[in-house]
Amino acid sequence: MAALLEACRLARSYGEGSARVDALRGVDLRVERGEFVAVMGPSGCGKSTLLNVLAGLDRPSSGEVWLDGRRIDELSETALARLRRRSIGFVFQSFNLLPTLSAVENVELPLLLAGRGRRKARRIAVGLLDELGVGARPDAAPSQLSGGQQQRVALARALANSPDIVMGDEPTGNLDSVASREVLGLLAAARGRGQTLLLVTHDARVAAAADRVITVRDGMLAEQEGLQPARRVTLPFDPPARS
Amino acid sequence: MRELFLALLADDRGHGYEIKQTLEHEFGSVMPALNSGQVYSTLSRLDREGLVVGHEVDGDGRGKRIYELTERGRAALAEWLDSPVPGVRLKDEFFMKFAVAASAGLTEPAVLIDRQRREYLQSLRDLDARLASGVDKVAGELLIEGAVLHLKADLEWLELIEERMSVGVAS
Repeated sequence: MAALLEACRLARSYGEGSARVDALRGVDLRVERGEFVAVMGPSGCGKSTLLNVLAGLDRPSSGEVWLDGRRIDELSETALARLRRRSIGFVFQSFNLLPTLSAVENVELPLLLAGRGRRKARRIAVGLLDELGVGARPDAAPSQLSGGQQQRVALARALANSPDIVMGDEPTGNLDSVASREVLGLLAAARGRGQTLLLVTHDARVAAAADRVITVRDGMLAEQEGLQPARRVTLPFDPPARS
Repeated sequence: MRELFLALLADDRGHGYEIKQTLEHEFGSVMPALNSGQVYSTLSRLDREGLVVGHEVDGDGRGKRIYELTERGRAALAEWLDSPVPGVRLKDEFFMKFAVAASAGLTEPAVLIDRQRREYLQSLRDLDARLASGVDKVAGELLIEGAVLHLKADLEWLELIEERMSVGVAS
């Protein structure tokens, strides 16, 4: 079966001549449906460029991007915008909620843009906020919410149209360790329900939760094997194992 | 080990058997089980050093002994409690392996680093799964968070090794 997301020989360079920077230098990548893939790598390695190209926010200099069996790097701007609205959910480091809209309105927006009726959109948005543990204050402005709560709202927004894939750039980058862990738990839960995730991250904890970690170095992928399911951990306070 | 014994005898007198029980209960999962012989030999060594004093229990007839701290024992315990544990860990097994392997050309450095990174990530996953299970009280959670922070530092350190030694760049 075809992968949900597939990139072939992706290259992206900026500038000309001696000022030319090769951000991506021939990347092949497959993300299967339902998979949680983390992308790591030192700053400037090209991982954000990779995400932008895969999400249709930027176009590759050469190579192909396929999403759900459809080549997307050649689509028109209008078609790309529609695809991003319907098929891709985004979570960002700085949450990127619209400050003048309430929490629930932020989640509703992509639903309305995708053509849902007002009442249906409200029902889905409220349901998602509840599910993500921020249902208590649907009318709060983003600025009245903590970072962790804002990221939950942003995740609800990303999931609103049941996208094929949720892509994220440092989704825990602005959160303290408790909020990070909570958001990570929600991402893992979404993965558990079959949601495909592709997250660029510096946060080793996010990477450790993924099915597969891909490292980008100098615009190329150095793929690693997947991790095993969590092993048992014993603490000093545990009752001793009986032998 | 001797300091643990002293600490367990600090608020009361006790039998070797009680010490063994307490240690098993508190640290049994991360410490090899002590047999009675080890417990009694540690206690009699502490006795010889004048840190504890053992009394024969009256009327028991089987020569069972009960131990308590001496003044010197209290001082030794206080000194242990008052000294911080060493803060610098310069004896790192991975680094030794990496250094000898690199200098003797035994393995590809990038492969060593990748393998180690996977191990650290896997450990992080293990710890986070335990945290997420919610079985631990505050003390357990703090211990796990501490281990997580160490692992994150170890992962950053691998990145630094890669950067400084320019390993893993296939150009």
